[in-house]
Amino acid sequence: MAQLTLPAQKHHIRSFLGKWIGLVPFFLFALLFILLPSLGLLAGSFLDADGNFTLKNIAELFTTPFIVNAYKLSIQISSVTALGGGIFGFLLAYSVTVGGLPRPFRTAMITFSGVASNFAGVPLAFAFVATLGRTGFVTAILKNVFGVEIYQTGFTLYSFLGLAITYMYFQFPLMVLIMTPALDGLKREWREAAENLGASTFQYWWRIALPILLPSILGSMILLFGNAFGAYATAYALTGGALPIITIQIGAQIRGDVLHNPNLGYAMAMGMVFIMAISLAGYSWLQKFSERWLR
Amino acid sequence: MNLSLRLRKFPLWSSVWFVIGILYFFMPLYATLDFSLRMERDKISLKAYQVAFSDGRFLDTFLTSNILAVATIIASVILIVPTAYWIRLRVPEARRIVEFITLMPFVIPAIILVFGLIRVYSTPFKIPFTDIVFLEALTTFEIGTDVLMVAGYMVLALPYMYRSVDTGMRTVDVRTLTEAAQSLGASWVTIMWRVILPNLRSALLSGALLTFAIVVGEVVLASFLGVDAFGPYLFLLGQHRAYEPAALSFIAFLLTWGAMGIIQLVTGEQGQAAGAH
Repeated sequence: MAQLTLPAQKHHIRSFLGKWIGLVPFFLFALLFILLPSLGLLAGSFLDADGNFTLKNIAELFTTPFIVNAYKLSIQISSVTALGGGIFGFLLAYSVTVGGLPRPFRTAMITFSGVASNFAGVPLAFAFVATLGRTGFVTAILKNVFGVEIYQTGFTLYSFLGLAITYMYFQFPLMVLIMTPALDGLKREWREAAENLGASTFQYWWRIALPILLPSILGSMILLFGNAFGAYATAYALTGGALPIITIQIGAQIRGDVLHNPNLGYAMAMGMVFIMAISLAGYSWLQKFSERWLR
Repeated sequence: MNLSLRLRKFPLWSSVWFVIGILYFFMPLYATLDFSLRMERDKISLKAYQVAFSDGRFLDTFLTSNILAVATIIASVILIVPTAYWIRLRVPEARRIVEFITLMPFVIPAIILVFGLIRVYSTPFKIPFTDIVFLEALTTFEIGTDVLMVAGYMVLALPYMYRSVDTGMRTVDVRTLTEAAQSLGASWVTIMWRVILPNLRSALLSGALLTFAIVVGEVVLASFLGVDAFGPYLFLLGQHRAYEPAALSFIAFLLTWGAMGIIQLVTGEQGQAAGAH
């Protein structure tokens, strides 16, 4: 018996190795440059200065006021721009799909969205300084044409509102890119069936289209949330660190140990990863619902 | 009657949203362009562009960023094409885990990635239980830093590159092509180089251009790993100059536009979103 199974087992092992050997470079890369760095931060966040296990860093995330505020600010700016960008992006996607605008408008909108959603970081910040800064183009138009001096009303680009307006530039185009195919998935028959049964346009949208689209709308907004939550360069270039969102605080910690506790810095980073992971999980959970009707 | 019918058919709200959207797109661009042309008092000129381009640091950093982008693209293709090919041909059961890994960069933003890379690779590697160093800390010498940069950019580009390649392989029948090539006596290298890669041309081009768009203006990895790339240079320039950064921002926008435009031309699809925000 043993003599019979041994060669078979050997062959099995060899074919197993032969199968997976082609993926060794990829897994090695993932191990070295994704897994190890993440595990390094994860492990660090559970260690104290002497290298002993501790939960103190995690606890301090919730008790140190400036860390709590940084998370809060990041969550606020991400939520506001995800909601605003989501709604506006949805309306744009609506207008170029079922909204009745001619086909070329759709092509133009998709192209612009592809460009704008990839245009971010330092150049984006500078573009908005030229637009809504103290001597910006739109600032001047508002003053000369409409007689509104926005900087007299307390507005400044280097504030929460200013950063939100800037983030919107890459947020709503992303929504357009995700929602356009989803809106294409609405079948003409559904609308016809609803109309034959005497439904008004409002009833069709409220009772049929929106419930079908809701999982994709919410899922896309979660993606927008993550998109803004991880952003660093735009905020740093625009406000120079004056608006202490969590990525900026982590950046300060990398530059120099401002917390006087490197392990607390690792814990801050892991907190971010944790929030991002939850959002992605929520997204893929919602994705299941939207696939039921829209493919 | 005709008029009222036409009025009812005119998509009023759609047009309103569309116009607001287009204004949002173009206002910042127009403002940047307008500002960048006003370096000389009371006249429109390209002075800011002249000054910006003639700065040796611009050329150096821009060249560095382009070299990094090309290195990232080549390394990504070498890593990802055989992987995606192998999964399709030999181990379809690995698809889920590999796809999961390629999505990891969505959970780990650039700032966290660079933090982790610095933590792991800023200490020398010793042979376990001894003090013998077999690799100096990667962050302490130039080649080491370059390796970290390219690897980091590969991670950031991974979702887009993998998806492009995988979609490209779905549209050509990889298995049949491979069998045909093998029965004609082609070696694995020949199959990859002469059969698979040419069939992935448009997928690779769009993956490469997206990677280019990510890498050329990237700030986070470059500035924290201390590499003089275009992103950090533009940021520093913005600290003490006004017109030149606007000019270079406009150029950066044109580059993004060019990259996305070509992608749309070759794939006929909508663009993807990437980028270091």
